[in-house]
Amino acid sequence: MLTYWEIFLAFFIPGILGYGGGPASIPLVENEVVGRYGWMSVQEFSEVLAVANSLPGPIATKMAGYIGFEVGGIPGAIIGVFATVAPSLIILIALLGLLYKYKESPKVKRITLFVRPVIAILLGLMAWRFFSESYVGIGLLHTAIIGVLSYVLIERIKVHPAFVILGAFVYGGLLL
Amino acid sequence: MRTQWNLFLAFFRVGILGYGGGPASIPLIHKEVVSTYKWMKDEEFGDMLALANTLPGPIATKLAGYIGYRVSGILGLLNAVLATILPTIVLLIILLSTLASFKDIDWVKGMTAAVIPVVGMMMATLTWQFFDKARKGMGWLQTIIMTAAVFIFLFFLDIHPGIIIAVLITSALVIRDKKREKGVKA
Repeated sequence: MLTYWEIFLAFFIPGILGYGGGPASIPLVENEVVGRYGWMSVQEFSEVLAVANSLPGPIATKMAGYIGFEVGGIPGAIIGVFATVAPSLIILIALLGLLYKYKESPKVKRITLFVRPVIAILLGLMAWRFFSESYVGIGLLHTAIIGVLSYVLIERIKVHPAFVILGAFVYGGLLL
Repeated sequence: MRTQWNLFLAFFRVGILGYGGGPASIPLIHKEVVSTYKWMKDEEFGDMLALANTLPGPIATKLAGYIGYRVSGILGLLNAVLATILPTIVLLIILLSTLASFKDIDWVKGMTAAVIPVVGMMMATLTWQFFDKARKGMGWLQTIIMTAAVFIFLFFLDIHPGIIIAVLITSALVIRDKKREKGVKA
């Protein structure tokens, strides 16, 4: 029982303090899992992180699920993921619920308007980060080829991104 | 039932294709939710993304959970969150308990690396869409001024986006309506 409570705390705290999405919470998770509870060594933690990074999907929940499972089996995995996801999700649903109750109010409409430039900048910076990571990883030529091809396929020919990503897998598996 | 199946499919694809952590899945979620299934309009997606950014914790599951909830209540929430995270958690557990050297295989590395520019491109397109929406809503001048200001705060002064969004939301609520019309003219 104590173990489950510790698993909950170990992931609840990073989930509530990790501003900036999942990746931002990883050092906090390490602090709990390696530093406070000693469930893993630094070496083990970085190995798990490396494998997790080579798989798709959100990183924080992958870590919570795996470490929870290692420490407390299936219930441990469920508790770890729940503690990571639930607190901020519940707050988000409550806040957006409030917002949409008053969605006809000019003030709420103004919120929608005001936040757009921030969202644009945030997404733009992320796009920049992905491109520069790709430039460092696979070089300018491959990055440009894949970038242009996927733009034409997704935005012009309207192919579903799933197929384009599968295509990128093939490209990467054969050429990179 | 059909809705639940669609929710599952949409977020399963997001979870299994979103290379590069949670933020990489934002443009994928946008495609599924706004373009493919039309569960939300762009405006609402923007609001959701903004508020989600002011809150801590992983972004992909916050979006999945909220969208699932909006589409079909608690069941939709659970469905969407699980579809996003479960496949790769299971994969991770299997991989780590069998062959841990998977990540070092060359063609696996190549596959993962090739997805990054696709995600970057989708992110860039989404950036333009939001910028364009902002321009249509408040005109070129105000959009450029605001975008530049936000960029300076975010990038050069290193202020957290959550704080910037919180300040903008507060000012949107506090400004009186007449004042805003003046602001647009000026």
